Amino acid sequence: MSRRQGIDLGVIALPWRARVLWITLGCAVLVLGVFTFGIAAGSARMGVGDVWTTLLGAGSRTFGFIVFELRLPRAAAGIAVGLCLGLAGALTQTFSRNPLATPDILGVTSGAAAGAVVAIVIGGGGYSVGASLLGLGIPVVATIGGLLAAAVVYGLSWRQGVDSFRLILIGIGVTAILGGLTNFLLVRAQLTQATAATQWMVGSLSGVSWASVWPMLVVLAVAVPFALTQTAPLDLGQLGDDFSTGLGVAVQRHRLLVIVIAVVLTSAAVSAAGPVEFVAFVAPQVARRLTRTPRPPLIASALVGAVLVVTADVGARVAFGTEIPVGIVTAIIGAPYLIWLITRHNRKERR
Amino acid sequence: MTMPALVADRVTLGYDGHVVFTGLTVQIEPGTVTTLIGANGCGKSTLLKAFGRLLAPSSGVVRLEGTPVRQLSARAVARRLAILPQKPLTPAATTVRDLVMRGRHPHQTLLRPWSAEDAAKVAEAIASTGMTELADRDVGSLSGGQLQRAWIALVLAQDAPVILLDEPTTFLDLSHQLEVLRLVRQINARQGSTIVMVLHDLSLAARYSDRLIVLHEGGVLADGAPWDVITPAVLATAFGLEALVMADPASGRPLVVPLEPAPDTAVPAI
Repeated sequence: MSRRQGIDLGVIALPWRARVLWITLGCAVLVLGVFTFGIAAGSARMGVGDVWTTLLGAGSRTFGFIVFELRLPRAAAGIAVGLCLGLAGALTQTFSRNPLATPDILGVTSGAAAGAVVAIVIGGGGYSVGASLLGLGIPVVATIGGLLAAAVVYGLSWRQGVDSFRLILIGIGVTAILGGLTNFLLVRAQLTQATAATQWMVGSLSGVSWASVWPMLVVLAVAVPFALTQTAPLDLGQLGDDFSTGLGVAVQRHRLLVIVIAVVLTSAAVSAAGPVEFVAFVAPQVARRLTRTPRPPLIASALVGAVLVVTADVGARVAFGTEIPVGIVTAIIGAPYLIWLITRHNRKERR
Repeated sequence: MTMPALVADRVTLGYDGHVVFTGLTVQIEPGTVTTLIGANGCGKSTLLKAFGRLLAPSSGVVRLEGTPVRQLSARAVARRLAILPQKPLTPAATTVRDLVMRGRHPHQTLLRPWSAEDAAKVAEAIASTGMTELADRDVGSLSGGQLQRAWIALVLAQDAPVILLDEPTTFLDLSHQLEVLRLVRQINARQGSTIVMVLHDLSLAARYSDRLIVLHEGGVLADGAPWDVITPAVLATAFGLEALVMADPASGRPLVVPLEPAPDTAVPAI
């Protein structure tokens, strides 16, 4: 394999360049596969060939309507949500040097949920502030809530620079407070509003349209190149803050940039589909085990995230013949994996 | 007069309001091996961190070859000064070669994170630390002595004229401590590197350093060649230690032999 490919990927050491490249390509192919399958599956049956002829503009008008209006936005949203969460998870786990850390601990998800529930519950209740909040639309309010919460977490963690461990502890605290607020609102809400809010909080792709896909694509187009520029500092970060500084990394600037990228990616995904659980946690760990790299690989983690979300969404539809919110399916897959990872981690520690 | 490699010019250093040094001035001459010694908590590592810009002085300036370090970019400093911190984290799934390659970061650019020169420098650093046969081993499988040599190889690959080592011999048995300190002398002799380190063992510090700086109660207690610094009086003040100082028969450097306290000053038996 030529050296050039390694350099273009921005990966430092030669021995695992080949493996990372092949795994990444494999994941990309898999994403295309689940994407096609996601469009083909459903009550009106379509073949894989039909999907691609339609996508390339040569299908029948019926298929054209089904694909472009109904199924493509959902499949595209699934992929975009997965890419956002997978990459955000890889960044968070890497900078915090903690495989159990997810962007949730940055406060984004709980902030977005609190924002969305405020919009649904207070907005629906007819208070003027809430009504204008709902007028902005749930995605906008959720985004604002998520960004605000992340800013609070970062701000409270600042003490001559942000230390990853303090950030995690404060993130957990802020998440708990926002969770309490959300629950309080749900308990006080009318039944219809509480149901609507709960549905949003589970994480689902059933309501998505092109309007929710575009913001994610824009965010990805900006965030991915920025994330890739941080490859080397992320690698050096695994040696500790002091060593990173010694090797020429402006640690605080790098950390802030990585946090901002992770927060924006998560916020985009959450405002489109609600909190889809465990993707940001599982995808980077799966990718890391496939590539056998010292830390989660960025691109491969994003691709695994996409495969995971679309598979969970389509799988639930095909297997049960009914709508099951994707967030529930990913949680069912993710929770056992989390337990397995922790028990395995413990066993290793004891050895 | 040659320009000093490093100067801490009237620096005030501390953590979270707790001040360790006030207006301290220390100068490091180029091409020398200097060791900071002193009792626990005397600020050896604090001063080393300030030299390595891991700790910003609340007042005063640290100058690297004449330039205040604050005026230089993180990368520019890293090309001229390498630091091995006390407790580096060992990354997972990384070979010795991958680890040492990280030392090349300050010489790399965003679009060229690898070059043939980097690979050559890495191989050279690995060879000079005697790690060639272990180059493709996972760092997690190395013994303490091997791992320490791998870290030193990383610092060497950084190719900086000034090298700071924070307790490079902790957790090593005596033969590995000697191995590391001989390596330090070799690096100094071969490349003319300026080396500043923190050590706990006084006899080893005396044996392998050109100059010793004894830190005590927020200042420099003694500073100079080993024979000028290692005296019973200095040891008594800095460590509260009653000791004989004699010539090490192997090196001719001062050797510290602690004395047992007299019976009436001994800790009373309960």
